[in-house]
Amino acid sequence: MCAKKVDAIVIGAGWAGSILAKELTEAGLSVVMLERGDERATAVEGDYPSSIDELRGAIRHRLFQNLSQSTVTIRNTLDQEALPYRRLAAFLPGEGVGGAGLHWSGVHFRVAPDDLALRTNVVARYGKNFIPEGMNLQDYGVTYEELEPFFDKAEKVFGTSGEPYTINGKIAGNGNRFAPDRSDAFPLPAMGEVYSASLFRSAASNVGYHPYALPAANASAQYTNPYGVQMGPCNFCGYCSGYDCYMYSKASPNVNILPALRQDPKFTLITKAHVLKVNLDADKKKATGVSYLDLRTRQQVELDADLVIISAFQFHNVHLMLLSGIGQPYDPKQNTGTVGRNFVYQTITTSRAWLSPKQYTNLFVGAGGAGVAIDDFNSMNFDHGPLGFVGGSPVWVNQAGVKPIAAAIGGPGGKAPTWGEGYKDAMVDTYRHSLTIDAHGSNMAYRDVYLDLDPTYNNAYGQPLLRMTFNWKDNDIRMNQYVVGKIEPIIKAMGATKYSLGMLKDGEVFDTRRYQTTHLGGGAVMGTDPKTSCINRYLQSWDVSNVFVIGASAFPQGMGYNPTGMVAALAYWAAYHIRTTYLKNPGPMVQA
Amino acid sequence: MKYSLFSRAAFFGVAAVLAGSISELRAEDTSSLITQGKYVAEASDCSACHTVTGRGDFAGGMEFKLPIGSIYSSNITPDPTHGIGAYSEAEFSRAVREGVRRDGASLYPAMPFPSYARMSDGDIHALYVYLMKGVQPVAQATPHNGIPWPLSIRLPMTIWRAVFSPSVVAAQKDVNRSLPNDGIGRGAYLVEGPGHCGACHSPRGLALQEKSLSNSSGSLFLSGGAAIDGFVPTSLRQDQRTGLAGWSEDDIVQFLATGRNQRGEAFGGMTDAIFHGTQHLTDADLHAMAQYLLSLRPNQSTLSAWHYDPSTATALQAGDASAQGAKVYVDHCAACHRSDGRGYAPAFPPLAGNPVLMSDDPASLVHIVQSGAVLPGMARAPSALAMPAYGSTISTQQIADVVTFIRKAWGNNASPVTRETVENLQKTAPDSVIQKGIIPLN
Repeated sequence: MCAKKVDAIVIGAGWAGSILAKELTEAGLSVVMLERGDERATAVEGDYPSSIDELRGAIRHRLFQNLSQSTVTIRNTLDQEALPYRRLAAFLPGEGVGGAGLHWSGVHFRVAPDDLALRTNVVARYGKNFIPEGMNLQDYGVTYEELEPFFDKAEKVFGTSGEPYTINGKIAGNGNRFAPDRSDAFPLPAMGEVYSASLFRSAASNVGYHPYALPAANASAQYTNPYGVQMGPCNFCGYCSGYDCYMYSKASPNVNILPALRQDPKFTLITKAHVLKVNLDADKKKATGVSYLDLRTRQQVELDADLVIISAFQFHNVHLMLLSGIGQPYDPKQNTGTVGRNFVYQTITTSRAWLSPKQYTNLFVGAGGAGVAIDDFNSMNFDHGPLGFVGGSPVWVNQAGVKPIAAAIGGPGGKAPTWGEGYKDAMVDTYRHSLTIDAHGSNMAYRDVYLDLDPTYNNAYGQPLLRMTFNWKDNDIRMNQYVVGKIEPIIKAMGATKYSLGMLKDGEVFDTRRYQTTHLGGGAVMGTDPKTSCINRYLQSWDVSNVFVIGASAFPQGMGYNPTGMVAALAYWAAYHIRTTYLKNPGPMVQA
Repeated sequence: MKYSLFSRAAFFGVAAVLAGSISELRAEDTSSLITQGKYVAEASDCSACHTVTGRGDFAGGMEFKLPIGSIYSSNITPDPTHGIGAYSEAEFSRAVREGVRRDGASLYPAMPFPSYARMSDGDIHALYVYLMKGVQPVAQATPHNGIPWPLSIRLPMTIWRAVFSPSVVAAQKDVNRSLPNDGIGRGAYLVEGPGHCGACHSPRGLALQEKSLSNSSGSLFLSGGAAIDGFVPTSLRQDQRTGLAGWSEDDIVQFLATGRNQRGEAFGGMTDAIFHGTQHLTDADLHAMAQYLLSLRPNQSTLSAWHYDPSTATALQAGDASAQGAKVYVDHCAACHRSDGRGYAPAFPPLAGNPVLMSDDPASLVHIVQSGAVLPGMARAPSALAMPAYGSTISTQQIADVVTFIRKAWGNNASPVTRETVENLQKTAPDSVIQKGIIPLN
């Protein structure tokens, strides 16, 4: 077969891929972006009112990965047989142009600077012995100061709404006082606060915490970004998470980058192109291109390129590296290899408070990225010494809009009856008068939590599925319990009539049947040591220097913050160094 | 007639000289002429009709549905068999400016040769060089016109041409009339000539001739035209409420450059005119066009100015949706266009004071509500924003109600729209946004 040749191939049309494709075409490269799913356009997916049909949408997984073609297998421990994840529940990877960036909610954080060098910071404050046995605590190998311009750029592209705390060292607003310094304001003012969020703000403040408006990639006003593309203002309809925003208000690759990128004749997007593997030369030091399956014709296609960007969803990145033979697969028994190592997730538990019948929270109202949070128990913002765990959680009211079917599936909560009149009354009470508070926390990496190729199950194309070995660990359970304990006084200060605290239980086992979060991370982590990381600080493969692996797969730990802001900043960071350094002299940018 | 023949003969002479010299041009001259000619093609909006997606640039084939049958735009690539490769420059000029094909047959006036008659020799020359040397030949035949005999006989077109189309000399003389300044002069040339704005925006007579081809012949020119594909071209004159009164020069420039501004968004055929045409023009030319348009006195001088009336917004914001159509408006329209009707321009256009909505003919508004609308991405505004089609989700009565509401609210004070009017307009509804097949990828 005669292979075509382009300058760069970008795998996956989500945030990371779209950012890299935009940057590389700006640098003058011809770029082909391969997306295995369908084209996605707001005019179709966001066609109001069918766009907010919940049954067709989030319930029947309109924008999510089709597990009948490829999925993962999951087990909790090394001695178990992993079974395929056949029904989406715990996490919801996207498929189609925009990827998970089309159906995300829009919480758009930067990073807690301490999290970037978590190992160094924990050791410096509490000593090496503070780190539990079996925890692979690591640094990213990049500092907040280095990433700041790229956080700034990403916010301007996303049209992020928020309130700063300091800009260039000066207090500039009533934002998060634990947040790192900024070089510029948010491009848009913070989103308005729904009733539940404003209650949380005053209650959290009353008990001595430091509430702030969640930074949201939901536009608080109409906006035109640096690429000239337009966003409409959010109307708090509540259909962010799981949906394509019909108001063009939620940032997505489709709305914020691709309209400009598609105008560039050097850019080609091929949909229904499932990448089977990155092709390597004989000594596995250089990628020559990719092989993909054209899902329309079922023909395998070879495409050559000088540069290959792996920028699919987190675990697809790891899967593709394993299938392609890039780097050495991680072996938990020997503790060797890096691909699949440091697979992480996030801890998230939800507590609920019920207010008086006169207080309407109207849970159908909301915006995916908006809310009020506290960072008093996130990252290294509090003293872990007497607590004996690593990590932390922001805590927030993020009323994202509860859709009717989801509300019914969730049930009234608390100790309500499970049927009959009492059940119905409780459903109404919960939907109208309750609010939820999340502890959305970190998850550390462990020696026996990892990704590898499944020995039993194949996908529809005959390739082994990716296997997840994942379980909750004592450190993270105790962290979650501690932070949830801090929610109780806030709820009391709100004057709740009753409440229930949601937290991980001692010894709790990871349950794939319940939605938790799609914030999977790690498995192809960045770092300074090729023995413990797959990619260097520029997200370049240590082993195959013309492959860059962009995404949350680069996170060595699961952070307390939502990952998309960090993914976007890392994507712009990597792109900047590809443009300014790599392209001038292709080869390893850091010597192993 | 005599005058016309004379002019043609005179032009022949000039063109023959030009045609003779074309092959001897130096390469850089050709290259700069191609660039210039491409610009003329854009200013003349050639590709809006002569380029159909999938057929190749300028390969023609766009269908024009007429009551007597369909006609198709022709292949104007330099292919010698199917295109215009065999045309001399004189023959090309005659086709563009006088509507006469190389074989002597008359073109249908879907080709705006009455306007193109105003184009300068220099522009015609550059356009010829561009189409001959800057465009890839496409060996694809234009579909046969579907007009049955005897209606297919083109003799009436020849008579039409003689009666309604100006001679090149007469047209050029009008181009050179005295105008207040060079900006307005340049604007007049672009708008009345290559831009052929009057083809849609001027009223037409019984023989479908434009009643006026230039502002020099009175205020009917650009005073608004009859519906095209269901959409009603507005007045581009300084008419209050239904025209461009209240638009600034920058508003017009931004509209022609991006299809959107603080006052509205393009829809229907205007999106093609901007996409293929005006967005490619220089700022200087767009400003000239705007200055010219702003100089056009109103055709309907009795209309009073639009003033914002806050009572609708006050009622809606107080939860009072009792007005006819108000509830439909709140449920389907207000998220983008707001209860105060001001929209979020330029993302979502305002309805308050929008000239499209205050026109006597509600067709544009009804069609946009039932079929939706898409503004394509432009080079300077890449977002393709779509309004959904409501034709299949709300009833005829609801459409009539909401359109009546929009036409009345915020000081618009335009006449109500009946259910019968909507029913009639449903028969001519354009394809909805999604049905069109070319989905805006945004």
